[in-house]
Amino acid sequence: MRAAVEVAGLTKRFGSFEAAKDVSFEAAEGKITSLLGPSGSGKSTVLRLIAGLERPDEGQVRLSDVDQTWTSVQERHVGFVFQHYALFRHMTVRDNVAFGLSVRKESKAAQEKRVDELLELVQLSHFAHRYPAQLSGGQRQRVALARSLAPRPQILLLDEPFGALDARVRQDLRRWLDDLHRELGVTSLLVTHDQEEALELSHQVVVMNDGKVEQVGTPSQIYNEPETPFVANFVGSANVIHGLVVNGRVQFGQNHVGGAAHLADGIMAHAYVRPHNVSFTRESANGLSCPANVERVVDLGWGSRIYLRLEDGQIIVAQVDNNDLGDLGVGLSVNVNLDKAHVFAPEGNGSRTPDELAVT
Amino acid sequence: MATTSGAILAGQRRRKRVRAALLGLAVFYVAVLLLAPLVGIAYVALRPGLGIFSETFSDARVQHAFLLTGIITICTLVVTTLFGVVVAWTLSRDDFRGKKLMNALADLPFAVSPVTVGVMVVLLFGPAGWFESWVSATGIQVLFALPSMVLVTIFISIPFVIRGVVPVLQELGQDEEEAAHTLGASPLQSFFKVTLPNIKWGLAYGVALTTSRALGEVGAVLIVSGAIQNQTETATTFVLFALEERLDSQAYLVALTLAAVSVVLLTGIEIAKHRGTREQTR
Repeated sequence: MRAAVEVAGLTKRFGSFEAAKDVSFEAAEGKITSLLGPSGSGKSTVLRLIAGLERPDEGQVRLSDVDQTWTSVQERHVGFVFQHYALFRHMTVRDNVAFGLSVRKESKAAQEKRVDELLELVQLSHFAHRYPAQLSGGQRQRVALARSLAPRPQILLLDEPFGALDARVRQDLRRWLDDLHRELGVTSLLVTHDQEEALELSHQVVVMNDGKVEQVGTPSQIYNEPETPFVANFVGSANVIHGLVVNGRVQFGQNHVGGAAHLADGIMAHAYVRPHNVSFTRESANGLSCPANVERVVDLGWGSRIYLRLEDGQIIVAQVDNNDLGDLGVGLSVNVNLDKAHVFAPEGNGSRTPDELAVT
Repeated sequence: MATTSGAILAGQRRRKRVRAALLGLAVFYVAVLLLAPLVGIAYVALRPGLGIFSETFSDARVQHAFLLTGIITICTLVVTTLFGVVVAWTLSRDDFRGKKLMNALADLPFAVSPVTVGVMVVLLFGPAGWFESWVSATGIQVLFALPSMVLVTIFISIPFVIRGVVPVLQELGQDEEEAAHTLGASPLQSFFKVTLPNIKWGLAYGVALTTSRALGEVGAVLIVSGAIQNQTETATTFVLFALEERLDSQAYLVALTLAAVSVVLLTGIEIAKHRGTREQTR
């Protein structure tokens, strides 16, 4: 697959603050690639560098195999969707969508045709003569999307496009964007802090933290085979257990978790276990499980979140389907299996390759 | 229960009384200090009958004074609008060393008396002034002529456009301009198609205030012009000297005309702005 966007060694400083540090990745043509990270992780800066809205201090931006590091934003021919829509408030919906065509001096007839097409696509034909202030948030973002697509950009850059909308509208728009992308197939880069959004929409996820790329991979790789403690913790919540590595296992108190075969004996390690990977039984199934007490059961409707207190006092959160809950209640003793853990040594020395992870 | 609701009612009555008192005070202030003098001038000016209109405005001296005021106002408007927008742009979009100083300097004309401004220009261009050699070399008459009158009027009018535009530009933010750039608009296209339509009311307000200020300026202009009849006498300096010359009706009528132009301009802009913004949010 051809790379439509290629960034290599991108570094951007604002004064003494380094917003992006040596960022490199490729985005495949015709797919959605997400830049996922907490706020302040530099993901928006990287997107703006790709668009040409900022200039890098170091590194290179290539779009469709052409070096565009120093070209102007106008020359790059990208579509950009802003978090707060950035619609032209003094123009009607129709004029907003036509803007990119009119500044390129396209014929009036061609403009009319293209604008009608796009308004149809974003289902806003009836709102053509409204002003942005007369639309809802979701409608505004659809106008912004139509406007960015009108000049047929080679890539579409979306900067937290659903960030300013409420949960319900986010869900609807996310599904709608997915459909739209299947229909148009335009290479898209999506910046988001919402892991669910990134995992659901994208072909590839670039996880960023503190200006650096933590991991690049498919949603499944990011979720199931995290390469760094940050990814294990940020993508999907995780229980963290601290302990010493003994014989390929992480020892804590009288208990231990597996998955540390790649680490040398005697170092401190952190084991990350996702709540839905925590399993427990009423009777001791094997010698590997740890005894615990049920501390609290929170009913979430579709499932329950169980807080389990281990012998050494640590709390482990488990997530189970309500159908599998049985007669589980507060105060019961259970045996917890934590073997589906991702183990990392502090400072990242000894982070594992996906092959090693597959063993656990 | 009864006592609490009674207390609430008493509280509401008290708030109403305070509101009425404040409203009354505001109306009194505006009416007595702003409206009364205007009505007074209108009454005195028009007392001799409507014939005073043709009599005053056919007077060559009055015509020349208005022409001069017009020229000065237009020159001032062109300069302060162009440079005002540039300064407002840099203050709200750019970040540079000395920005705070520049921001403070832009308000300097508010702080300095126009008379001081006039004296400064006399010191610069007059005999033994810094620019005296340049003045005599080029042969351009600056003092007691149009150039110095335009210069001082520009100086005292600088802040209006800047202060009208800066808050609007800041409120607007850069998103819409960046969006225009990503859609292929050049910086000029994005300024004229996106920025200008959004700042036009702030700009219009600044322009209206500048016009009023330029029309009404007397102190600085008087010092640098000498107010020579039919040469450097503006509409406002005419009012000043006509009163001394016992041409009361003419003085009042000219003053009334100047006030009317300003009031019409400001009200007109308010109405246009109201209509323009209503369309976009209805």
